[in-house]
Amino acid sequence: MAKPPTAHTVRSFDAEINQLRSLIGQMGGLAEAQIADSVDALMRRDADAATAVVLRDKELDAMEAEAERLALTIIAVRAPMADDLREIVAALKISAVIERIGDYGKNIAKRVPVLTQAAPVGPSVILPEMARATTGMIRDALDCYVDRDAELASQVMARDRMVDDFYNSLFRSLLTYMMENPHHITSSAHLLFIAKNLERVGDHATNIAEMVYFSVTGEHPGDRTKTDRTASMAVSDREGE
Amino acid sequence: MAAHEGAAADGAAETTLKMTARDVRVFYGAFEALKGVSIDVTKEDVTAFIGPSGCGKSTFLRCLNRMNDTVAGARVEGRIELDGQDIHDPAMDVVQLRARVGMVFQKPNPFPKSIYENVAYGPRIHGLAAKKADMDVIVEKSLRRAGLWDEVKDRLSDSGTALSGGQQQRLCIARAIAVNPEVILMDEPASALDPIATAKIEELIDDLRGRYAIVIVTHNMQQAARVSQKTAFFHLGSLVEYGDTRQIFTNPRETRTKDYITGRYG
Repeated sequence: MAKPPTAHTVRSFDAEINQLRSLIGQMGGLAEAQIADSVDALMRRDADAATAVVLRDKELDAMEAEAERLALTIIAVRAPMADDLREIVAALKISAVIERIGDYGKNIAKRVPVLTQAAPVGPSVILPEMARATTGMIRDALDCYVDRDAELASQVMARDRMVDDFYNSLFRSLLTYMMENPHHITSSAHLLFIAKNLERVGDHATNIAEMVYFSVTGEHPGDRTKTDRTASMAVSDREGE
Repeated sequence: MAAHEGAAADGAAETTLKMTARDVRVFYGAFEALKGVSIDVTKEDVTAFIGPSGCGKSTFLRCLNRMNDTVAGARVEGRIELDGQDIHDPAMDVVQLRARVGMVFQKPNPFPKSIYENVAYGPRIHGLAAKKADMDVIVEKSLRRAGLWDEVKDRLSDSGTALSGGQQQRLCIARAIAVNPEVILMDEPASALDPIATAKIEELIDDLRGRYAIVIVTHNMQQAARVSQKTAFFHLGSLVEYGDTRQIFTNPRETRTKDYITGRYG
């Protein structure tokens, strides 16, 4: 059989799909930067940099609106079918998820001023590593979307476990840290939220990878198991170790 | 009626075979237009045949009530059954077959007679009405089922050709219904109509589903997706893929199907 054609007979349809793909790619890049920059501002104790992150969130909101407008136009004008339809619907959902990731970046940045006014908290040194793990997932989830790569999507899904492990470990350390000195509670509580935000970013990147997997293959990936165990974690857990 | 309700409840309901085709080949002289098509047509569903021009879908549709018999130089091979009965059996009365398997064409083709006569013609030649009153009942019922009654009940003696295109097409459907068919074949029934008339035909197809097995050939992919429960994709005289419409249009298995329905073909 001849090599299947990949271009549409109507070339402007391809142009529109490419435009949407590239917009989603840009959104992913910006969301990744927001997460990286917010944690960076936190670690450098730089309130101005954090403010810049908060202000930049508007750009993501605007891009999401643009992606929605583009996707709706394609659906209305082209009546996409099969893998095209799955891709456009995935793009719509992915843009909403990326916007949410941006919100987490903003949320982290908003906590930076109060944290810079207190003494640094020991366990926070793990945050840059955790942020790198999540931003790497965002980057690869978006790469597999742009390249329609189901194989890479599966790998991204598997990496969520690592982010969950970071979170479990940080959660435990912060509980202990707060017990040892009540003066650390304010900072530690904020850091717990930041860690939780990063953990959610990992979940969202995983969701994007799942959407890409479905968009490319037409099948849903198998159920993944959540490895965030903090819901049942208490300080006494540590005593048994 | 029970079967209709079952089919309407969800796509996975029990279905019964109405027509089966096995290894059907059609030759126009030496040219093999249809290369061994096997398919089952279910009683409860609307089955759509899609594919590019010249793919054999209309040729195959015409096999189902032996319309190709009338095409000079056409030769049909293979076996086609209606309720298990071979339609090429010498004992099969072709006129009777075409009453049981009715047809609606792309271009509305009412007889140049009154609206009433257009519908009454078939039942009369098949001897379905003994009295004028019986015929009146058949005509009204057929026009009602075709969704045309309210629009024409006060002018049944007007010429059928005076109606709008969409009304003419529904008149042709009423005409097909009037002889109590079991299967209705539709060859692009809405492609000559405007969007409103098209929507009325599609609504009508939905109404008729379950009462008659319906097979529709259409070039309008959205229409196939909207009106049918089963879809068959033909290409170069072969049946490439046949399955549930939902699956064909959201997740086709064959690359050729995907390329066609997503507009990547050729």
